[in-house]
Amino acid sequence: MLSILLAGFGGQGVLFAGKIMAYSGLIEDQYVSWLPSYGPEMRGGTANCSVCISDEPIGSPLVLNPDVLVAMNLPSYDKFIDKVAPGGIAVVDSSLIAKKSDRTDISCFYVPATEKADSEGLKGLSNNILLGKVLQEAKFASLETVEAAVAKCVPPKKQHLLEPNMRAIKLGMSL
Amino acid sequence: MSSTQKMLMKGNEALAEAAIQAGCHHFFGYPITPQTEVAAYMAKKMPKIGGTYMQAESEIAAINMVYGAASAGVRAMTSSSSPGISLKSEGISYLAGSDLPCLIVNVQRGSPGLGGIQPSQADYWQATRAPGHGDLHVLVFAPSSIQEMVDMVFDAFDLADCYRMPAMILADGMLGQMMEPISFPEKQVKTYDKSGWSTSGHQHKRAHHIVNSLYLQPEELEAKILERFQRYEEVKAKHTRCEEYLMEDAEYVVVAYGATSRIVRSSVNSAREKGIKVGLIRPLTLWPYPYAPIEKAAERGAKAFLSVEMSMGQMVDDVRIAVNGRAPVSFFGRTGGVIPTPAEVLSEIEKMAGGDR
Repeated sequence: MLSILLAGFGGQGVLFAGKIMAYSGLIEDQYVSWLPSYGPEMRGGTANCSVCISDEPIGSPLVLNPDVLVAMNLPSYDKFIDKVAPGGIAVVDSSLIAKKSDRTDISCFYVPATEKADSEGLKGLSNNILLGKVLQEAKFASLETVEAAVAKCVPPKKQHLLEPNMRAIKLGMSL
Repeated sequence: MSSTQKMLMKGNEALAEAAIQAGCHHFFGYPITPQTEVAAYMAKKMPKIGGTYMQAESEIAAINMVYGAASAGVRAMTSSSSPGISLKSEGISYLAGSDLPCLIVNVQRGSPGLGGIQPSQADYWQATRAPGHGDLHVLVFAPSSIQEMVDMVFDAFDLADCYRMPAMILADGMLGQMMEPISFPEKQVKTYDKSGWSTSGHQHKRAHHIVNSLYLQPEELEAKILERFQRYEEVKAKHTRCEEYLMEDAEYVVVAYGATSRIVRSSVNSAREKGIKVGLIRPLTLWPYPYAPIEKAAERGAKAFLSVEMSMGQMVDDVRIAVNGRAPVSFFGRTGGVIPTPAEVLSEIEKMAGGDR
């Protein structure tokens, strides 16, 4: 089972990126779950989302020790970096988080996602740049699957957003 | 698992869609976290199918609107979360006392009082012992996944109609808020003849029907209740549901329902890997309660039982009733909105088994 925790501010697209990951698992015939944090912390503090992708039925959908952490702001990084399972991966938006982890039992990738999104005309898609990096490092699905998943997650009336979303993911894979 | 026709859907929305597909076109609600998406979905969909979505002025108003719609013979429902269900309890008693079918959804949150908004199972006693005042029961279904919740919505409406009694889906914030792959069953909606009692208009062609729960003659009221309890006995005999997991050779038994049971299942698997012969009994209906499989395990000589819940220990009472002193029954729970972890449950299983491997 692959457990993923995405965490950031409300509005950064944490839930959306998590939904793309979960749909990718579904398309590849895996068991998946997606559980958002809900409550007062979503207004101004951290919003996070647990995603599990597994070939067996999923017990707890709540991810406490993720195999993959996507940290999109400093409070989330501080809260979760020590929770990453040994051997796991942390993908960190280094545009917004200046810290570096001294953990040697996990692999950390520092991606300037927000800066890249701004400079590449992908404003607001730092979430998918980070998702691309996760795809590259954790291989949770094939790129074709992820593309199909994005098509499922983008509302029918907004299919023109498929292209920038995919460009962000591919950019993330190359960083 | 096949992905054919499967889609990702949030529990609350899947539940609402299932209700519409089960022929419920009349929803009355009042917003409360963590079930608000049920009402939001209904608000969006009902006008498109010619149904009724009504945001009532309060939970009490909503349950009484359900009473009215159910009296007219249509499938009707309301949904809320713990504090709101308390407000509905008077109406639930009236519905039961008037033999009216309906669906009540409780997406439980931490309580008492306003409590919190995170998942909880602390309304077990309320749902199974006293959903309202008086001698009554409501059918209580306890799903552990979103697919199961969808399937149970259909069953709940059918059994409610068949036995003329309210049904409840007892979910929790985790099931309401999470997304999982689901598909909707291609079921023909069953219809039940309600023309013998519903207040659907008599057009001067028959005596008018009265839907009421007031019986001032004690003998008459007693007879009414006795008749109702005969129906309850039939429900118990025919519709008690439960799932047994790794129970064939189990020496230790964990009992858990709803969202907690899926966590326990992981812990049972881990305990098996460590050589502990443990199994899981998972009630799917909480009323009627599946005492028999627990009794059977106790008679067969199971060494100990453990009830795991998101409460301070409520269903454990029913486990004790079933075990009836034949083996020790212990309890583990987290409450107030805290979700137990698989590791915590595993450690409780190890404690129950002692050094016994």
